[in-house]
Amino acid sequence: MTRETLLNTLLMALLIGVPLWAWVADEPFTITLATRAVIFALAAVGLNIALGLGGLVSLGHAVYFGIGGYAMGILAYHAQTYTPLMAWPFVIEGTKFMPVIWLVAMVVSAVVAFVIGLLSLRTSGVYFIMITLAFGQMFYFFTISWPRYGGEDGLSIYVRNGFPGLNTLDPIQFFAICLALLCAVLWLNARIVKSPFGLALGAARQVPQRVETVGLDPFRLKLVALVISGTICGLAGALFADLNRFVSPTMFSWQMSGELIVFIILGGLGRVFGPVAGATLFVLLEHLLGGVSDYFLFYVGLLLLLVVLFTPGGIYGILLGRSKS
Amino acid sequence: MTAVLEVRGITRRFGALVANEDVTLDLRAGEIHAVIGPNGAGKSTLIAQICGGVTPDAGMIRFLGQDITGANTQARARMGLGRTFQISALAMENSVLDNALLGALGASGRVWRLWHPVLKDRALRERAEDALRRVQLIEFSDARVGDLSHGQRRQLEVAMALTLEPKAFILDEPMAGLSAEGTKELTGLLDTLRQEAPILLVEHDMDVVFALADRITVLDYGRVIATGTVDDIRRNPKVQSAYLGEEA
Ligand SMILES: Nc1ncnc2c1ncn2[C@@H]1O[C@H](COP(=O)(O)OP(=O)(O)OP(=O)(O)O)[C@@H](O)[C@H]1O
Ligand SMILES: [Mg+2]
Repeated sequence: MTRETLLNTLLMALLIGVPLWAWVADEPFTITLATRAVIFALAAVGLNIALGLGGLVSLGHAVYFGIGGYAMGILAYHAQTYTPLMAWPFVIEGTKFMPVIWLVAMVVSAVVAFVIGLLSLRTSGVYFIMITLAFGQMFYFFTISWPRYGGEDGLSIYVRNGFPGLNTLDPIQFFAICLALLCAVLWLNARIVKSPFGLALGAARQVPQRVETVGLDPFRLKLVALVISGTICGLAGALFADLNRFVSPTMFSWQMSGELIVFIILGGLGRVFGPVAGATLFVLLEHLLGGVSDYFLFYVGLLLLLVVLFTPGGIYGILLGRSKS
Repeated sequence: MTAVLEVRGITRRFGALVANEDVTLDLRAGEIHAVIGPNGAGKSTLIAQICGGVTPDAGMIRFLGQDITGANTQARARMGLGRTFQISALAMENSVLDNALLGALGASGRVWRLWHPVLKDRALRERAEDALRRVQLIEFSDARVGDLSHGQRRQLEVAMALTLEPKAFILDEPMAGLSAEGTKELTGLLDTLRQEAPILLVEHDMDVVFALADRITVLDYGRVIATGTVDDIRRNPKVQSAYLGEEA
């Protein structure tokens, strides 16, 4: 076992062990915190496919997180009010069934990521960052000014959505669902990194002109990476909304996009499990410092600065030495 | 003899600078055609126009009988142009084998697999390792390209062109920075390679050029000042004053 695998194992043991302990000790709030960390980690792992592997610094991934959130919010809202989502040309009903909600969240996110990719991937560097940021703001202000689903106030869902065979109202069972999805996506990510596609994408990040000279299209590689990445963030968004039983435009805010990038940088760029470590640390700090000080984000910013300036690549870099790959 | 690659009247300006002016040359089956000229003569610009990346202001490029002047780089690569860069363009964070695999991937069309590990694709691996063996890099398969010497990176450049199994090689100073030993080995390789596909070879080392070339084109200030066999070029007074004079 390499040291990185050991660290991955420790991290996952922590993420499973703490909630299990909290379950035994009857501390549901701790389980909720862990669930929050797992969902943030899921979103950050999604972003990492675009950012870490593809080199696409998107400051607009909250778009997909928010789409996932609103997919859950809108579908569940119609189910709880017994009104159809759409009556013409055919009837679409709301649903409280998680798998359907996830599917909708993922499909819509994928389509939006495809369109945003087509429009933004022609640019690079600062322009790419600005365009993705602009898309995020577009969605943010659109939902604020859309009264049908709560506008600025957001949308509350009274009962958590269901999953066949499980009681999702039980915090530990909902946590287990989120964790299982995180593991599945981590596995997918690890496979992608080793796949031909991952190799070509990594090369497109480093030397796009070389990728073209072997007959491959960097644009298409990045577009597919963005779609996969957005799809995963959409799933995370649906889970996040279900955790809070609430969605609001803040899920689309640029701060949300920024936080996802922060998770990756804190954890360690270019590591499959880096975003998990980063998201966990963030939620931990949020919990520990958030109560003590109103300036919690100031401290996170300070920490980020230290990590970027003085460490060889986040938590993983500190614990494993010089970054790999 | 039929030309595999034809360059007709290519002109390219960068602002006021004319990098290529009315350049015409062709590459025929089985030959090594060397392009020589002083620094800044426009050799790399010519290659960039042949392989894609720089668009000519005027003129036409035909490859395998098709007009490729407007085609993009990927399309030209897929048609069978195998290029090396004067300044190595390699995925520095990856291993030597990864880079060779990338070349093989382009040719195989199996890039859209997201699940199957690339290292377990036997056919792809064989192709990549074959190319590494031919440039004597096989023992360095697992080394990170960032840790390679300059000369080894040049060899890997050539290996990546080999993995494409191209219909024409377009090599921009593949020997630059190689040791005497390395130069000798690569010269031997290129000598046999011309049977597989003709080579357009930009090279500064005149010993290599005279040893390998079937024909030579001399560029100076973006213009072709001479084309011919090794003996023609050696005897050409214009060439001697423009280029060989400084070395001889
Ligand atoms: N993208 C560019 N923009 C502006 N000028 C350029 C560009 N590319 C090349 N040039 C200029 O065009 C001229 C020809 O350059 P080129 O690289 O083709 O020369 P070369 O024959 O390959 O030289 P060397 O032997 O040094 O490799 C040079 O004066 C160079 O500065
Ligand atoms: Mg050059």
